[in-house]
Amino acid sequence: MGIVSPGFHGRRRPAVELPPGQYLTEDFPVLSAGPTPRVPLDRWRFTVTTETGEEHGWSWREFQALPAESVTTDIHCVTKWSKLGTHWRGVSLDTLLSDVDTAADFAVVHSYGGYTTNLPLEDLLDGRAWLAHRYEGEDLTPEHGGPVRLLVPHLYFWKSAKWVRGIRLVLEDEPGFWETLGYHEYGDPWREQRYQGD
Amino acid sequence: MAGTAVPGRLTWRVATLVDAVEETPTARTLVLEVPGWPGHLAGQHVDVRLTAEDGYRAQRSYSLAAPAKGDLVRITVQELADGEVSPYLVRGLSIGDPVELRGPVGGWFVWRPTDPSPVLLVAGGSGVVPLVAMVRARREAGVRTPFRLVYSVRSPGDRLYADELNRPEPGLDISYVYTRTTPEGWPAPPHRIGVPDVNSGGWPAEFEPACFVCGPTGFVEKVADILVALGHDPRRVRTERFGG
Amino acid sequence: MDGGTEFVDGNALAGTLAEVFAVDVTAALARCGSCGETGPLAGLRVYGRAPGLVARCPGCESVVLRVNRGPGAAWLDLRGATCLRVDLPD
Repeated sequence: MGIVSPGFHGRRRPAVELPPGQYLTEDFPVLSAGPTPRVPLDRWRFTVTTETGEEHGWSWREFQALPAESVTTDIHCVTKWSKLGTHWRGVSLDTLLSDVDTAADFAVVHSYGGYTTNLPLEDLLDGRAWLAHRYEGEDLTPEHGGPVRLLVPHLYFWKSAKWVRGIRLVLEDEPGFWETLGYHEYGDPWREQRYQGD
Repeated sequence: MAGTAVPGRLTWRVATLVDAVEETPTARTLVLEVPGWPGHLAGQHVDVRLTAEDGYRAQRSYSLAAPAKGDLVRITVQELADGEVSPYLVRGLSIGDPVELRGPVGGWFVWRPTDPSPVLLVAGGSGVVPLVAMVRARREAGVRTPFRLVYSVRSPGDRLYADELNRPEPGLDISYVYTRTTPEGWPAPPHRIGVPDVNSGGWPAEFEPACFVCGPTGFVEKVADILVALGHDPRRVRTERFGG
Repeated sequence: MDGGTEFVDGNALAGTLAEVFAVDVTAALARCGSCGETGPLAGLRVYGRAPGLVARCPGCESVVLRVNRGPGAAWLDLRGATCLRVDLPD
């Protein structure tokens, strides 16, 4: 803890309903670890690959034909901002994984642009994860991960990969982009699992 | 080894604001006293860290604006409309207040008075700060290295260090590009910096100048491209983009 | 935000790397493990609006260096650089 700067508040305010160490923000900060990929919809494809190499894929048209749900949720970024009551529309991972036969325990999510993140497969199921293509009533913009991003709001937001391109189901966990740079392998904001060992 | 400057691990120091200069309505130079300051090179920067009472922290980098005077260092902060740290540093911090600082850091975007090459400085907005630090270091070292500064700024009132830069200085040529409003009777309409500005305000490539470009990312991209197109060796074009 | 303004120069790595290294390494030459382009770390494109600093090759956009400063530790990943040349006095 350094010295306190008198009268400095930053842009954020603490709020009681937030996970530990988080600060409320009203805007939607854009975080990115690289150039924003621009994925033309006619070339967009989402693929689930199982541990045996079996592939399930959806074109943009096929994805649009899947049943979508509206989701209202709080989101928590490991850089300490939280945003409350965000509105999304997307396809539940339960829908996408319903015909997928797998014995895998883990999922590696990969994105256009090369980003990866990992999480237990069970965290993608039971109505806890979506492929979101709409945000606040509009198409998801590229800087926020459009055309489609993963939405796993019960984990820190780095798990909600932008520009998602596919999910590989694997028997053994494979740490992703931030998980190999000191961030927690699971990332539960309510247990403040920011860094390895938290 | 008492008295030897051991380059220790970079740590946060507590600096105290001892003086402040209003440069424009939205920019302020902070004179900070940093006990034990080791000195620095023109072009280096410091990280400034603010901590709120509830523990919230924000950190930003600022270029040092002048050579150190003992334990006194200067940074010039331009207030950003949606900024989080800059409004506090421009309007919130009072004389006598502490602020956390670490540095100096950066060993690439620096000018050393021992380098005899002519120097071209190209500044966009508050990107002029580390470049004026080089001008001041030149003056302080008493060297005759020829300098040229091309300074792109929105309007005459947005110019930092205007009085200082208005004073004629042998071996230092300054040209201005105004992007929104020009002084009365200015020969060119407001425009974004282009090849003619860099060409006429700079050095021919065959003089092999050391080029320093600092400003918003888009500005630096453009100027660096122009310099390379004009024949400058990309390895002699050093850039500092500050985002935005 | 358009694509050209999301990054800053590798100079922005200086503070964090100065906590780890005894000399300034932003002036050191790094060779990109992906395309072979060689230049100072200061010339990399640093994406800092993220949980860590991600420095990419200006030629091919591959990740050359990543660093994350957490409480009590820093994590540094240099696997995108095949070699780092640091000038040192004899």
